[in-house]
Amino acid sequence: MINYVYRLISPGVFSVKYEDLNHGENLLVRPLYMSICHADQRYYLGRRDIRKLKSKLPMALIHEAMGEIIMDLSGKYKNGQKVVMIPNIPGSKKEKVIYENYQKGSRFMSSGVDGFMREVISIPEDRLVLAENIDFKAAAVCELISVGVHAVSRFEKLSHSVRNKIGIWGDGSLGYIVACILKQRFPSYHLTIIGHNSAKLSQFVFADETHLSDDIPSNFEVSHAFECTGGDGSYFAIDDIVSYINPQGTVVLLGVTENKVSINTRDILEKGLTFVGSSRSGKSDFIQAVDLLKIPKFQNRILRIIYEDEKVENTDDIHRVFKTDLNTPFKTVFKWNL
Amino acid sequence: MIFAAVVAGGVGSRMNLFGMPKQFLPLGKSEKPIIIHTLEKFVFCKNFHYIYVGVHKEWIDYTEELLKKHSLTDKRIILVEGGKDRNLTILNIINAIESNHGKSEEHIIVTHDAVRPFVTLRMIEENISALDYCSACDTVIPAVDTIIESKEGNIITSVPKRSSMYLGQTPQSFKISQFKELFSQLSDDEKSMLTDACGVFTCKGKEVRLVRGDVFNMKITTMSDYKIAGALLGGDMSD
Repeated sequence: MINYVYRLISPGVFSVKYEDLNHGENLLVRPLYMSICHADQRYYLGRRDIRKLKSKLPMALIHEAMGEIIMDLSGKYKNGQKVVMIPNIPGSKKEKVIYENYQKGSRFMSSGVDGFMREVISIPEDRLVLAENIDFKAAAVCELISVGVHAVSRFEKLSHSVRNKIGIWGDGSLGYIVACILKQRFPSYHLTIIGHNSAKLSQFVFADETHLSDDIPSNFEVSHAFECTGGDGSYFAIDDIVSYINPQGTVVLLGVTENKVSINTRDILEKGLTFVGSSRSGKSDFIQAVDLLKIPKFQNRILRIIYEDEKVENTDDIHRVFKTDLNTPFKTVFKWNL
Repeated sequence: MIFAAVVAGGVGSRMNLFGMPKQFLPLGKSEKPIIIHTLEKFVFCKNFHYIYVGVHKEWIDYTEELLKKHSLTDKRIILVEGGKDRNLTILNIINAIESNHGKSEEHIIVTHDAVRPFVTLRMIEENISALDYCSACDTVIPAVDTIIESKEGNIITSVPKRSSMYLGQTPQSFKISQFKELFSQLSDDEKSMLTDACGVFTCKGKEVRLVRGDVFNMKITTMSDYKIAGALLGGDMSD
């Protein structure tokens, strides 16, 4: 079968690659809904190191998507069943102790290998999770939810048991999703969100407190913290966290930065803090993310931050959704009709 | 019911390679025949109840073997003997449909050239959904070049306004009962002039909707088309 692959060849320029798809034992999935991640946007706008761009492009973008099965020779799935796709491709050498998303040799779709902007995706069975009876728009952001699930799971394993006050730095999509997961899993935790956009902070109605980053009360304290800012905000967020966190607290870092960030090691040492890097996710996180989406209250919270743009039917529409995404406060999703 | 009719009735007079009709020529790294690439797209469209393939009678056995060789064992695929031209091949397929599944006002058919393997699932699905609103639809792309009409072939007769000109591709889709009724009303001259099914509808004043095609949903008719198709599968084309 001839497959259409929509690849970014340089910032702002797409190209169609026609491939003679040899799927072997893989399943075939037709993408239905996609969501734009900051990482895709950075490629689209060329806001990556020029050497990185050269080494990664051309490449199909998008690693957040859901679709439907159109062929499974193994018979495990029926045609038409809805699935979410896992963009992480684990390396061949599996190590028991190491999560699949950190294993050496792992690859990631839309970061070095083609992402989901294709007519049909050929994908191994273990890279799919059934997502029936879930709103397609919510299923499209399942990857980001799984990233939150992974971070919260690591927090559970690594942080001490005094968890009455949790702080989340970052009022964007990732901060919102981590807050939703924590509220769903641990309703008794006191959640405080620190951001710098009051309109975005107002979306966190289920949080116990919200503060603008320049207006944090002097007596404010947290037991543990999640850093969900990334970019230029990381430095300020990490610096605040180190100031307000109680001794032996755990700091989960999720925000991606292009530049190196200097941190206050003196106070980190003095307080005996634990820093946990958390990035991407694996299959078990996706399964938990889908389970969370089956809870109506959780799904409704997720849907509140999703903006659905018009469907994508040609390459001009791909440009349009990336431009729309620059002006939406949280997640931009769209129906993929190519 | 929803049927596909993949038209592969030709015997390859325009492309003399290996003495084989062009739809059977290998294409891409897999070297699958063109018709297999095309049929795979139709098989992956779950809307179809049956996928009929009109093949010249001398090539039916060959096509059966080809389907087996490429594991296209989907039970929805049914081979039918092709007719003298495109419309007659479609009519043969329609007769087979009505013989197997009875007549019905609800039967719709998505016809497609076997030699257009770059068809997308979107085009096929939009053909099917367009028939919710009309009796027939045609897949087209806007004309980029100016279309020139010359009745005699040496002097321009007219230069139609380019913005309202389109190039017809396939799939072309329609309600079977209406096509039969209109086709039966055509004179023999009209039948020989109308090379595609949508022409039958427009000739009788029926509305035919447009579905957006793609420049690369090309018809592989000549050796240069074949070379271009092979090149497309080997490299990138910027948009």
